[in-house]
Parts: sequence; C-alpha cells; structure tokens
Amino acid sequence: MDYIRNFFVNLAQSWTTWISTGLPPWAVDVVNYLIVGVILVMMPVIATLTLTWMERKVIGRIQNRIGPNRVGPWGIFQAIADAVKMLIKEDIVPDNADKPVFNLAPILIFVGAALLWAVIPFGRNMVGQDLSIGALYVIAIGSITTVAVLMAGWASNNKYALLGAFRVVAQLLSYEIPMVLSMATVVLVVGTMKMGGIVEAQIVPFVLVLPLAFIVYLLAATAETGRAPFDLLEADSEIVAGYFIEYSGLKFGWFYIAEYGNLLAVSAIATTLFLGGWRGPFVSAVPALGPFYFVIKTVVVIFILMWIRGTWPRFRIDQMLGFAWKVLVPASLANLLWVATAQMIPAPTPVKWFLMLIGNVAIIFVALTLLGQAAKRHAAKHGLAGA
Amino acid sequence: MRELIVARVRPKGGQTVLSQYAFVGIFAIIAFALPIIGLAMSWLIRPKKPNRAKNATYECGMETIGDTWVQFKAQYYLFALIFVVFDVEAIFIFPWAIAYNKLGLYALVEMVLFVVILFGGLLYAWKKKALEWH
Repeated sequence: MDYIRNFFVNLAQSWTTWISTGLPPWAVDVVNYLIVGVILVMMPVIATLTLTWMERKVIGRIQNRIGPNRVGPWGIFQAIADAVKMLIKEDIVPDNADKPVFNLAPILIFVGAALLWAVIPFGRNMVGQDLSIGALYVIAIGSITTVAVLMAGWASNNKYALLGAFRVVAQLLSYEIPMVLSMATVVLVVGTMKMGGIVEAQIVPFVLVLPLAFIVYLLAATAETGRAPFDLLEADSEIVAGYFIEYSGLKFGWFYIAEYGNLLAVSAIATTLFLGGWRGPFVSAVPALGPFYFVIKTVVVIFILMWIRGTWPRFRIDQMLGFAWKVLVPASLANLLWVATAQMIPAPTPVKWFLMLIGNVAIIFVALTLLGQAAKRHAAKHGLAGA
Repeated sequence: MRELIVARVRPKGGQTVLSQYAFVGIFAIIAFALPIIGLAMSWLIRPKKPNRAKNATYECGMETIGDTWVQFKAQYYLFALIFVVFDVEAIFIFPWAIAYNKLGLYALVEMVLFVVILFGGLLYAWKKKALEWH
C-alpha cells in the first residue's frame, strides 16, 4: 500500500536500486537520463496525437458540427491516420529554397518544443531536472521557436513565408515581454526560479493571488504559440499558411507537432506557475495523485485556449502589437511594482497576498476602464463601434 | 533531497550543477535525434518524384515575380529595438526578484526608479508614434 501511495517515485527508486548493481554511479545516471529523456521527448508527439483530436472535437462543437467521427470510435484514431499520411507523403523542397536552412528549421522547432519539458514538474520529485534557473530556462528555450520560425520563413524563398516570418518576429518579441514580466512577478513572490519550489510555495494557487499576472501570461502564451486570435503568423486567409507554406510531408509534420507541443507546454507552465501544479486534495498523503491533478489542470487550461480560439476573430497586426505594448506591458509593470511594494510590507504572508490580490484586481479594473474609453474615442472619431 | 528526480535517487550526496546540466545536454541530443530519425524513416518510405512545376515557389498558381529577399518594412525593426531594451530589463529583474527579500527597502526604491525610467522610454516611443502602424 505504501508503495502504491508514492508509486512513481518508488518505481524509479526500485529501478535505480536494481540497475545500480554492477554499474558505476555515472553510468546509472546516464542510463536514467536517457530513459527520462526519451519519455519527455515524446511529450510533443503525445500532445499532437491527443490534442488535435480534442481540438477538432471542441472547435466542432463550438461551430455546431460534430468533428471527426469516422476513424475509430468518436474518431479518436483520426490523429494516427494523419500521422501515417504525413510519414508517407512526398517531401517537396522548392528549387529556390536555401536548402540547409530549410531542412534544419523543422528539426530546430521541434527541439524548442521538446526542451521545455526538462523543467516541468509532474509531481513532487517528478521532474526531468529541477534546474535552479527553471523559469529563466523556459524563457530562453522559448526563443528557439522564434529563430526556427524565422529560419523557415526566410529559407523558403517565398513572399508569403517571408511576410509570415516578419510577423512572427514582431509578434513573438512583443508578447515575450509581458510573459517574462508576469513570470517575474511569480518569481518575486516565491523568491526562487525553481519550478518545483514555485509549486511548493503555492499554499493558495497564485491565480487567486495574482489574477492579473495569470491573465497576462495566458494572453501572451496564446500569442507565443501563434494560436487564434493571435494567429497572424499563419493567417490562412491572408498569407496562406505563413512561414511553413512550402513544407510538406513530415517536415510540415514537425511544425505541427511543435505547435501542439508548445500548446501543451505553455498550459503546463501556466498550471505550474499559477494553478498550483500537482497540488490538490490528499496529495501529501498520496503523492501518486499529483500527476493526475497536474494533467487535469493542464487540460482545463488547454480547453480555455481552444474555447478562445473558437470564439474570437483574428486581430489586425497593428491592433495586436498595440495591445501588447500599450496595455499588457504597462499593466504588468504596474503589477510588478505593486507586488514588490506589498512584499516589502512587514506583515504575515496571507495579509501580503491579500494586498497583492486587491492591487491586481484594481489594475485590471483601471486597464479595462481605459480600454473602454479608448474604444469610445475611436468610435466617435471613425464612426465605428469597437475596433 | 527535494531536487532529486524521479528516475534517479542516489542513497547519499546531492547533485552537482554539472550533473543537472548533463541531463539537459543528453535531453537536447535526444530531442535533435528524434526528428532526424523520423525524417530518415519518412525518406525511406515516401515517394520521390520531383518535377519543375512541383518544385516552383508556391504563389497560388501565379508565376513568381522578382526577388523574395528584399528590403522590408522598417516598422518591424522599431519593435525589435524596443524589445531589446525591455528584454535587457527582464534579465535584470530576475536576479533582483530572487534576492529581493534579502535586499530590503533599497531594492524597492531602486527598481521603482529603474521601471519609471524604462516606462518613460516606452511613453516616448508611444508619443513618437513608434507603436503605431504606418
């Protein structure tokens, strides 16, 4: 019974004890790192196989359709059929493309999506490696995606692809700032960048302490993964598919896998930073429950992102960049200063956190009021509603 | 012993920083290997029948006119410049946030000044209409 309670960690312990006989410690490390590495590197692939089906079903329901329903019960094997198709499809490399860069881009974008999983904690002591710079590592690895996308757009030697790549640079750069600032707010409250430490510190999930930081993170993450309503980098109706227009077969497949891998990763990071990660009822008595709570919370975040995608129309690029620089950045800077001030007050932690909550709600209120006034001014000037 | 990972629990001694990053290194190698293996597999089984029309640049059926790699809109460059300023700030904020509880009131005053100066820069860019789309 005790074994079951902390099943995953105990399993790992038994395995390590079993393998340690006759092997030097460094070899045990290498073998274990390889196993954990192979499991974690499959995460984007698993994400694609499950989330594409979920997304089609959810978007289908939102748009009053039923989604895939032919391949297997409820169409659950649709993603596998797609994977087989991608694997056996002819690979076309345009004559004008810059071939080494063109071929490297899909590999690099997958690496960017996979490496994020090294620091995401699935449960207590269940993390690839709880680096002391966890949050900063996530941001650093996240920028690999920007480089890979720019490489793909540039190397394709296609005007649509290049336009897509320019938009990517502007968008990913602009939304990285509010994302970094909201993560810095969490780091400020906790005092560590370790993902495990951030989860341990969340006696109350930080979404109830720093709601503004959570909203800013979620919006920035939507933009960073290039999903609707911020999907200007793909914008099927304007620039066809953006940066991966010239890719086909499995090279296109890696872009697709990286996209869903990133979606799962940003949702997992949102869960870790703001929703208490693997924490939940009875988790200290039965640590094996941790991963289940983690997965449930992550799926809820993903569902919200899909809901947003199904509901909102796409923004124009100037509106989108303006929103990042004129709304999200000032709001998260103000939030950071307020949280720092509240942290400095000599009071017990619950009081401090309550003050942070009040400040967050106040900033949200002020931001919404200013946005409403700006919309009214715009409508009076141009005779249009909203925009 | 909190930082010990699931698949590696050693009876005594903690992990060195080098060992932590050894995992990231091995993981990176695996992450590079997987797409390469996948592409190699696909290369073995997929058809290879290129022709000129298929390999032409895709532009909705039109012939491509002119070079793709031309001078681009300077607007993107302005955003990149503002980004650099704020990203450097972010690099500064993280160590500040970690050490904040030990630094006392001085840290708060210093960061307020820093952010106010930066925000002044953002306002300047805003007033100069660098954030608008021309």
